Amino acid sequence: MTIEIKTSMLEPVRHTFAHIERRFGDKPATRYQEATYDVQSETNFHYRPLWQPDLELNDPRRTAIQMSDWYAFKDPRQFYYGSYVQQRAKMQEAAENNYAFFEKRNLANHLSEELRASLIRFLVPFRHVEHTANLNNVYGAAYGYGTAITQALMFDGMDRLGMAQYLSRIGLILDGNSGDSLVEAKTQWMSADIWQGVRAICEEMLVTKDWFELLIAQDFVIDNLVANLVYEQWDEHLVANGGQDVAMLTEFMRVWHKDTARWVDAVIKVAAAESEENQLLISDWVTKWRGKAAEAFAPLCNEMLSENALTDALLVMDKRLAKAGVK
Amino acid sequence: MATKKLNLKDKYRLLTRDLDWEFSYQDRKEAFPYEEFEGIKITDWSKWEDPFRLTMDSYWKYQAEKEKKLYAILDAFSQNNGQTNISDPRYVNALKIFLTGVSPLEYQAYQGFAQTGREFGGIGARVACQMQSIDELRHVQTQIHAMSHYNKFFDGFQEFSHQHDRIWYLSVPKSFFNDARAAGPFEFMVAIGFSFEYVLTNLLFVPFMSGAAYNGDMATVTFGFSAQSDEARHMTLGLEVIKFLLEQHEDNVPIVQKWIDKWFWRGTRLLTIVAMMMDYMLPNKVMSWKEAWEVYFEEAGGALFKDLARYGIRMPKYAETIEKEKEHISHQAWWTFYTHGHATGFHTWVPSDEELDWLSEKYPDTFDKYYRPRWEMAKEMEAKGERFYTKALPQLCTVCQIPMLFTEMDDPTQTCYRSSDYEENKYHFCSDGCKDIFDDEPEKYVQSWLPVHQIFQGNCGGPDVEDILRDYYRINVGTDNMDMKGSPDELRWKEWKGTA
Ligand SMILES: [Fe+2]
Ligand SMILES: [Fe+2]
Ligand SMILES: [Zn+2]
Repeated sequence: MTIEIKTSMLEPVRHTFAHIERRFGDKPATRYQEATYDVQSETNFHYRPLWQPDLELNDPRRTAIQMSDWYAFKDPRQFYYGSYVQQRAKMQEAAENNYAFFEKRNLANHLSEELRASLIRFLVPFRHVEHTANLNNVYGAAYGYGTAITQALMFDGMDRLGMAQYLSRIGLILDGNSGDSLVEAKTQWMSADIWQGVRAICEEMLVTKDWFELLIAQDFVIDNLVANLVYEQWDEHLVANGGQDVAMLTEFMRVWHKDTARWVDAVIKVAAAESEENQLLISDWVTKWRGKAAEAFAPLCNEMLSENALTDALLVMDKRLAKAGVK
Repeated sequence: MATKKLNLKDKYRLLTRDLDWEFSYQDRKEAFPYEEFEGIKITDWSKWEDPFRLTMDSYWKYQAEKEKKLYAILDAFSQNNGQTNISDPRYVNALKIFLTGVSPLEYQAYQGFAQTGREFGGIGARVACQMQSIDELRHVQTQIHAMSHYNKFFDGFQEFSHQHDRIWYLSVPKSFFNDARAAGPFEFMVAIGFSFEYVLTNLLFVPFMSGAAYNGDMATVTFGFSAQSDEARHMTLGLEVIKFLLEQHEDNVPIVQKWIDKWFWRGTRLLTIVAMMMDYMLPNKVMSWKEAWEVYFEEAGGALFKDLARYGIRMPKYAETIEKEKEHISHQAWWTFYTHGHATGFHTWVPSDEELDWLSEKYPDTFDKYYRPRWEMAKEMEAKGERFYTKALPQLCTVCQIPMLFTEMDDPTQTCYRSSDYEENKYHFCSDGCKDIFDDEPEKYVQSWLPVHQIFQGNCGGPDVEDILRDYYRINVGTDNMDMKGSPDELRWKEWKGTA
């Protein structure tokens, strides 16, 4: 026998989990809060990892940054898995339409030989940079501390794989799926002079051990340059030279960089506001990687854009940093 | 230009596999430093066969569709107070074990696969691990969200995260995953990717999800089904890892065999809790633990190991012992929890007469002979108002951390004790399987955070057990623990049903 129950009659015993209540009070919590706060184990680990016996399995000491509460890194986008995939599914649907339209109308055929060559030379090799970014962000997901920041790093890491794949698809559109353009782009990446600085800095990030330093190097410094140089300045250059349709294929990246910069800036702001020490670390890391990146990108910039391009991009970076409260 | 049609394999290779490169400016070993210390030999990562070829755009698309459906049902579940449609409030105690004991393992899987997803030198393997990592994050989060509504109406869910790090029986699942994560990346993959996800996962998820279905729990059924296509990917990854390791170098065979032996044993110990849940905690039974073991391990696993024989891999060690254990472990475990029911974050109870009869029928060779008399005695004591709780703290196995509750399988009246000496100390084990694991790596297992030892050492507050339960475990004493009969959970249920 089932008995009709009026839903309004049932009073909950509590509104959320105890750790959420301790942070936000006994009131209905958001899905982001319940999925994020205090989910990671913090104590009583059973064994030291064989691969790093001086540290615990989850250990805040894998970066020099120190936080009294690692859950201060609230994601302004409030991404947990569900909201993250919904958001990206929307972006990919738009991208899919763009790619389909581009291919259906054979827009690649309207590009001059010169333009096609420069796409292969300047744009497609960035798929290797995205791949580096994939590894660097997954590194933070693996070794970072607290769900708030590690989940965001994981999402970022997967995004970068997605963008590496989009860039690869651009190559395949250009070469009619033969893969020749990808081979050519890789040759550029491996041996063209203009790319060696960028490749060297990618390799250097891949051997960098402090995950927060990597976040600064990759997600702030390098990404800032890529977003500005490739998806803004070079995009304008393409528009001016009959390549305006290419923007359809890179729109995903432009939207993505805008969206993600909000999160990166919030992370930097919170970490820097925590203490003088953090502030100093961050500004040292920015100085270090900004210098290396400027040197690494200069030859590419000069060929791809102009001598001033890099200066403009660095200016954007400095403004962002100041806004995040780092001197 | 004519556009060539690409098959999936070529497309995936072009889009993904060619992204990596040979380093010129740094030592690649510095970038992937953990590939060699376990003794595994990888001669050629390019031989890796991608177990699934999913690009990120399709991943986002499919997963978003699944999430949309799942959350629509979770929303409906809470709006309609779906918790009132379950079979019996005792059922919810299985969910409490799930959220406090299993969901945090999904989290550890997320972390472990993030690590292999960063550390493997081969991009095919890395990307597959990364996808599993983010899937596992999905699992922990959807489980929290599915249980969120139960937490509002039942006790024992509210401190799942705090308790996972502390409560005595939760150190069993926690240490299992800590063990895998503390190992090297290849052992982790054999432990979790293969032994757990491929060989044993059906024994964890099928019982929980069918249990949910049989007991009217739409929220759990839905996340279970929704996770199924993720799990299918995880299983193919687990199998590919094994085949890849075995094909890469013959020296890998004995190492992999040792890991299979270890993780198979550790996995079956972990599943004791599932055995107990199936036989005792589900008001509407799905099948007995014994039957589940026969279907999902003896038949399915038997075929798998026959297939692996061509690589020189044999059945896991102690498979014969486990065959005998299926007759006993659920009974021994529930008895232990029943008698320690004051120290658990969920409720325990004596099975009803109908349930005792079901157990007699399902376990004709053992239940009436060894276990039914205990329950009849407990029932009588309870009727006299003398519900029995043992005061002693149990001794724990140093490896699996389960109380010494298992018997010799050839003599179910005799508790099984094994021990080893290491650096002037004696360590105790529940079985030969656990002793072997210790003897192979004593320096690892002497570190075990054994909850009972920790209590005796004063690391969990006290001095009384009740202080520890209340302050260190954050169990609401008198509310979350003790018998189901007379619990606030039961009272609320009766109010909802108008039978109070
Ligand atoms: Fe999972
Ligand atoms: Fe899984
Ligand atoms: Zn044991």
